[in-house]
Amino acid sequence: MQIVTDVREPLVTGGKTIHDVTEDICKRVEEAPTRSWWIFFILSLVALFSGGYFMGDMLWTGIGRWGLNRTVQWAWDITNFVWWVGIGHAGTLISAILLLFRQKWRTSINRAAEAMTIFAVICAAIWPLTHMGRIWVGMIWVFPLPNTFGSLWVNFNSPLLWDVFAISTYFSVSLVFWYMGLVPDFATIRDRAVGRFARFAYGMLSFGWVGGAKTWMHYEAMSLILAGLSTPLVLSVHTIVSFDFATSVIPGWHTTIFPPYFVAGAIFSGFAMVLTLMLITRKVYRLEHYITLEHIEMMNIVIIVTGSIVGIAYTTEFFIAWYSQVSYETYAFKNRAFGQYWWSYWAMMTCNVISPQLFWFKKIRTSLVMTFVLSIVVNIGMWFERFVIIVTSLHRDYLPSSWAYFTPTLWDIMCYFFTFGVFFTFFFLFAKYFPVINMAEVKSVLKSSDANVYKRRDTIKDINNVI
Amino acid sequence: MATAHHNAETDKHYLLGIYNDEDVLLDAVEHVRKKGVKIYEVFTPYPIHGLEHALGYKRSFMPRAAFAFGALGNICAILLQTTIMGIDWPMIIGGKSFIAIPNFIPVIFECTVLFAAFGMVGTFLVTNSLYPHKVPRIFDRRSTDDKHIVAIDLAKNTLSEAEIRNILIESGVEKHTSADGTEHVGIKQRNFTDEENKGSFIRYLADLIANGVTSSNRAIKTSK
Repeated sequence: MQIVTDVREPLVTGGKTIHDVTEDICKRVEEAPTRSWWIFFILSLVALFSGGYFMGDMLWTGIGRWGLNRTVQWAWDITNFVWWVGIGHAGTLISAILLLFRQKWRTSINRAAEAMTIFAVICAAIWPLTHMGRIWVGMIWVFPLPNTFGSLWVNFNSPLLWDVFAISTYFSVSLVFWYMGLVPDFATIRDRAVGRFARFAYGMLSFGWVGGAKTWMHYEAMSLILAGLSTPLVLSVHTIVSFDFATSVIPGWHTTIFPPYFVAGAIFSGFAMVLTLMLITRKVYRLEHYITLEHIEMMNIVIIVTGSIVGIAYTTEFFIAWYSQVSYETYAFKNRAFGQYWWSYWAMMTCNVISPQLFWFKKIRTSLVMTFVLSIVVNIGMWFERFVIIVTSLHRDYLPSSWAYFTPTLWDIMCYFFTFGVFFTFFFLFAKYFPVINMAEVKSVLKSSDANVYKRRDTIKDINNVI
Repeated sequence: MATAHHNAETDKHYLLGIYNDEDVLLDAVEHVRKKGVKIYEVFTPYPIHGLEHALGYKRSFMPRAAFAFGALGNICAILLQTTIMGIDWPMIIGGKSFIAIPNFIPVIFECTVLFAAFGMVGTFLVTNSLYPHKVPRIFDRRSTDDKHIVAIDLAKNTLSEAEIRNILIESGVEKHTSADGTEHVGIKQRNFTDEENKGSFIRYLADLIANGVTSSNRAIKTSK
């Protein structure tokens, strides 16, 4: 069924037919969980419950359990928040921005990447909520709800409130986008299901989808608009996250370069996380024909581009600190690179700026092992980036008497570990019970690399109707 | 009892043309419509571009729904912020004016996107009547796998069934020869019973639990 041409390599290799796509993806949902899945899932549960114990203890006792002090009031909490939000951005980038750019290679990775977005945003949201100390009021007081204090409202001039709106909108819109993509695939599973429960569950999940041409027409229009809405949304989210810092007056944070720099960093770390997860999923589920080396190479190219943007941003910050001749600003940056936290700064520089440059070599960017290793290195680097921005800017306060050094406690580490537990528990449940690859979209690109097919389609008269 | 309610409206008879290939389908839909056959609907496993034109559907109204809901969200956000910050409890924050429009832009933008996305998806679900407890009328289960199904409502067509069959064969429905040499043509008749047409979720659930038979008429696998 698949047509091979000299135009370009097929997006799905192995001469898969449309029925093969259904078989390959649905089989993973229908078969009993494999041993490797159980191992990964139990490890995630261990992280969830062991970290959860410390998280619960921290909530019961208070955030004094963390290593924060009078000077460094934000450390791992907000670092983890920005890191997780950043990771989430790749999913929307792949599904929305690459849809607008008609990059068809996105079809086999967008489902898992969007799932990653949703789980990463859940992990991110845990941090601003817990860092407020009293999570139960924090969840209510951040919204403009009428109350018995006046009503005393939230402050719409504050970037922290913009963040509340940005993150909650981002989460809910991504969730809807992801779910609507899942509906046709749930219908495929429903129509194959043999068990009573599976038929019931996937019947409910598929919303009674039957795939009529009219429904597909509206569905396509809706997907395109959701992509169009998500694209500025995803850019706005990390821009607003960067405003949390950029609108302050702290040297090292008070920087106009932050929005583009944070967005590039977010895409950078997000793609690294997508690669880490997809390389594992590809291996465990034997999806080599769907997630090909070409996909991995494409993602590695995005990593070079965004990694270089991030590198330029680091340099620009230093240049501006010197060029502005503001002594506080200059000190903040000198202190970053050569002060007490020099090790975190150079860890960040090595992982984020130097290591992705290795992908200029085709041998490295098409090597699975190197890609896997470097994707983890990039994520470590991006965590350090946020740590460097937050902690090194805070620990030298205006008064030398309040200068301090931040050391994480066991609660800092275990609460971070807890969010990994949340993320991977959700991800493995998703990978088992949901179709990991968007079947409907992959089916629609099986034939698309054939020039003869284009010519035969004389029914396409509408210019808005792009293939 | 059920037979008493039988009529042409509820007990529908459809003729299904089954196609293997999307390009054959596109040609076939045009061919069938040119011959004067009214198509009820085409069911495909994935979106096929150009099919809506071949079927003569009007453009989707989703963009208009998104715009309307987006505009609503935009207005709501402006009203919310100006009322709270400028009217209900004005406070001097950093020497800014009470209604500081530039500061309101992020929340206005987020609310616009939120309303547009949810409003549009809601419109989509409502107008296509998709909801969790919906009992789907499945014409052929393979239409979510790899076959394209053209459903023709015999009651709505003036041509006879034999004529429509011939037109479908001309249009290139799938053909395959089984092991014993008999040739099968991808044309099928699908009749919906009263129950399938009304699609009660409670009955669907009861059937599923009691005997495992649902509207798709497939027996449940009891043991491995």
